[in-house]
Amino acid sequence: MEEHDHSHDHDHDHSPIESPGDVPPSYYEVMETSLRELLIEKQLIAPGEIRRQLEVLDSRTPALGAKVVARAWVDPEFRSRLLEDGRSACEDFGITFYDDTKLIVLENTDKVHNLIVCTLCSCYPRPVLGLPPDWYKAKPYRARAVKEPRAVLKEFGTQIPEDVEIRVSDSTSMVRYLVLPRRPEGTKDFTEEQLAGLVTRDAMIGVITIEPVN
Amino acid sequence: MANASPLVNPVVKAMGEEPSFKIGDAVRISVRYPVGHYRVPTYVRGKRGTVTAIPYAGINNEDEGFGKNAGVKAYYYRLSILLTELWPGYTGGASDRLELEVFETWLEKI
Repeated sequence: MEEHDHSHDHDHDHSPIESPGDVPPSYYEVMETSLRELLIEKQLIAPGEIRRQLEVLDSRTPALGAKVVARAWVDPEFRSRLLEDGRSACEDFGITFYDDTKLIVLENTDKVHNLIVCTLCSCYPRPVLGLPPDWYKAKPYRARAVKEPRAVLKEFGTQIPEDVEIRVSDSTSMVRYLVLPRRPEGTKDFTEEQLAGLVTRDAMIGVITIEPVN
Repeated sequence: MANASPLVNPVVKAMGEEPSFKIGDAVRISVRYPVGHYRVPTYVRGKRGTVTAIPYAGINNEDEGFGKNAGVKAYYYRLSILLTELWPGYTGGASDRLELEVFETWLEKI
């Protein structure tokens, strides 16, 4: 942004979805803007489509996944459909998938503890959990989850007994994963809604287990 | 693709679209280092695993992504690889494992 001699009252609009204009855009921001403008100019996408997609992405939160988990805990028929075809069970439950991803739901048991990661980038079950936490996208978690999962879990405060198998799923294709945590002790009389309130994002990534309720 | 079952794509298959491997098969992931971004992490190349599921079929996006017509579909295989196979000296549980999907062109029969 050198040679910036024109007035700032210029009337060309910055796109409202770009970052604020107080710092010069980075190399990749310039590349993204150029590509987006070109796609619009060639009429391959409409101007509102990316904004709409951001709105859809931002509307997804772990509360959706928590409802899925709670339903699976109280409804064995739903649970088996969910384990058989995660995406179609979620769609029947009212959660739309806005992309071509599939969903494999990984059930934690007394013999297996599942953990999800994307070593190559940041693949995550966004339709059901929203955006991933920053640590999930950072290199230490991505590198260590597949190499020393028990040490990583320990740092999250999670101790998995030696005789329980750790199963780490690395998202490398169009398949995304959601961990179905174990239903905690002491929740026999809980309603589905109360159960959903116990299910957190990290439990559905598999870095924690859900504490028993006293 | 939208209605595909996670296990086997329920479409009518053309020639060349049958899975080359079946659930339970032992396979080795190829050791290749092509230029570009490939969805086969380097840490699994050369490692042995077992097919646990065949989630879906797709065109070879490594060809398609580089502007070649990828043609017919082939399968993605969900593999199970022991962490002791991946990391010599791994000291966690003996049955701790990694699962991931690998495209057919990267798999060798063993």
